[in-house]
Amino acid sequence: MSLTREEVEHIAQLARLHLSDEEKERYRKQLSSILDHVAKLQDLDTSGVSARSSVLAQRSRLREDVPGDGLSPKELLENAPAAEAGQFRVPPVLDGQAG
Amino acid sequence: MSDLTKLTLSEAADGLRGGEFSSRELTQAYLDRIARLDEDLHAFITLTADEALAQADAADKHLKESNPSLPLLGVPIAVKDVLAVAGMRTTCGSRILENFVPPFTGTAVKRLQEAGVVILGKTNTDEFAMGSSTENSAFGPTRNPWNQERVPGGSSGGSAAAVAGRLAAAALGTDTGGSVRQPASFCGVTGLKPSYGRVSRYGLIAYGSSLDCVGALGRSARDVAALFRVMAGYDRRDATSMEIPVPEIKLNGKVDIKGLRVGVPQEYFIAGIQPDVEQAVRVAIEQLEDLGAEIKEISLPHTEYAVPVYYLIAPAEASANLARFDGVRYGLRVESEDMIEMYKETRGAGFGSEVKRRIMLGTYALSAGYYDAYYGQAQKVRTLIQHDFEQAFESVDVIAAPVAPTTAFPVGEHSGDPLAMYLEDVFTLPANLAGVPGLAFPVGFDREKLPVGMQLMGAHFQEEMLLRTAHAFQLATDWHTRIPELT
Repeated sequence: MSLTREEVEHIAQLARLHLSDEEKERYRKQLSSILDHVAKLQDLDTSGVSARSSVLAQRSRLREDVPGDGLSPKELLENAPAAEAGQFRVPPVLDGQAG
Repeated sequence: MSDLTKLTLSEAADGLRGGEFSSRELTQAYLDRIARLDEDLHAFITLTADEALAQADAADKHLKESNPSLPLLGVPIAVKDVLAVAGMRTTCGSRILENFVPPFTGTAVKRLQEAGVVILGKTNTDEFAMGSSTENSAFGPTRNPWNQERVPGGSSGGSAAAVAGRLAAAALGTDTGGSVRQPASFCGVTGLKPSYGRVSRYGLIAYGSSLDCVGALGRSARDVAALFRVMAGYDRRDATSMEIPVPEIKLNGKVDIKGLRVGVPQEYFIAGIQPDVEQAVRVAIEQLEDLGAEIKEISLPHTEYAVPVYYLIAPAEASANLARFDGVRYGLRVESEDMIEMYKETRGAGFGSEVKRRIMLGTYALSAGYYDAYYGQAQKVRTLIQHDFEQAFESVDVIAAPVAPTTAFPVGEHSGDPLAMYLEDVFTLPANLAGVPGLAFPVGFDREKLPVGMQLMGAHFQEEMLLRTAHAFQLATDWHTRIPELT
């Protein structure tokens, strides 16, 4: 199977990943060869087999939802690239609201 | 004083309790050795010498004042740099977290600290634990102490090299697809991947959440058991951690494995396996038989599908887990006027090539129109791999197999060919996909004088059986006591 450059660009857009032209071409080739290899899974008949998302799916359980100690806002903001007034600062999300 | 770094973790703990030397002396001995050797080996990303000496002094005070019952009091270990330790830079081997200092400590590390360990620093890893050679670190590769032209394996290559090179008494690693066992094998040390659900992942920066396990590397099964015993057990902060009692695991004296049923899976002795590896593992299996084990040929028929299943599921989970690195809450940010552009530029600049490759692969496998054919089918085949193990453990107690098809390969051998690198993981992936424990330990050397490892796999939560079996083997052999010559 061979991915096109457009497909690679589409995946990169979904993944919010900037790629250089060189990377796009490299990943196009490498992902195509990896997908060729994983295609052998299609040879197996899995009708009637359930898809388990976890090896412990049956035994895992939720705990009580009770408030406990957490990190302080100050600690949470310490690694922020930009913070202001106790909040994470980001570029404008909507057009026309720059400021 | 003789070289304290030659002592095993268990010997060092005994010596400290007996007052033969102080934790400061022991810690300083490791720091001196690191200063002398780590420029070449590059096992550490971050060394925390001052903090380590302060912890050692605190341990010494404790040792003098009270009758210390803490099992690991004053013993210096290293921690893989994907585990959060409060106040200690935690990079995941990535530029995107180059300056990240966690405000909290993960549960496994916290429990070890409460047991008295001294942390020497954070060890090198493939970026976000994605790799099998530690060449994918943004901070440069780690070298194998047995031969510095060779890789140490990965992704816990820094931890394995630190233990093999006697730069730490033991070390923590993580294992998503073999990342404790394969480097343990390549570096000639003992490494445990516990059962999924056994050790809390709170504070482990996530890669593949249905697969990730926190494990330990040491110089013997006994040393690894000492760390595992402390780390394991239920933690309310990890929803997948199980409330199953952790056995005491005493490996002090002789251990009897008479009547132990050992399965040897034919699918793990395939064409392409290095002859010296097969030979050493076969001899080790015969030694288990000499110790009283019953050897049985078994079949794990879906083994050949482990690579394609893993390289869909793990990247899919990674693509979701690594979405959190977007320049907002922590890590690198590349400024832009536009939010989406800021995300893309930050991630494009912050992630290395293997991480980008897996994010791309995982995003593709989860994308509309391909989900069922790739991710859905991989999940079903994962179920078949689990069935293989369930069936096998009806007739055997443990499974013995090689850890990897080869010994440590040359630095750079697989650069540019990711698929060839993925195929190296063929024997370690199944245990992760099935959630069962695996233990790697040295059983010989190849003709290039590189260590060969064997792996034992057990049923869920049967770590003790693996550790006892390896301990019995290590009482009868001396492969695990060999030390690489480093100058």
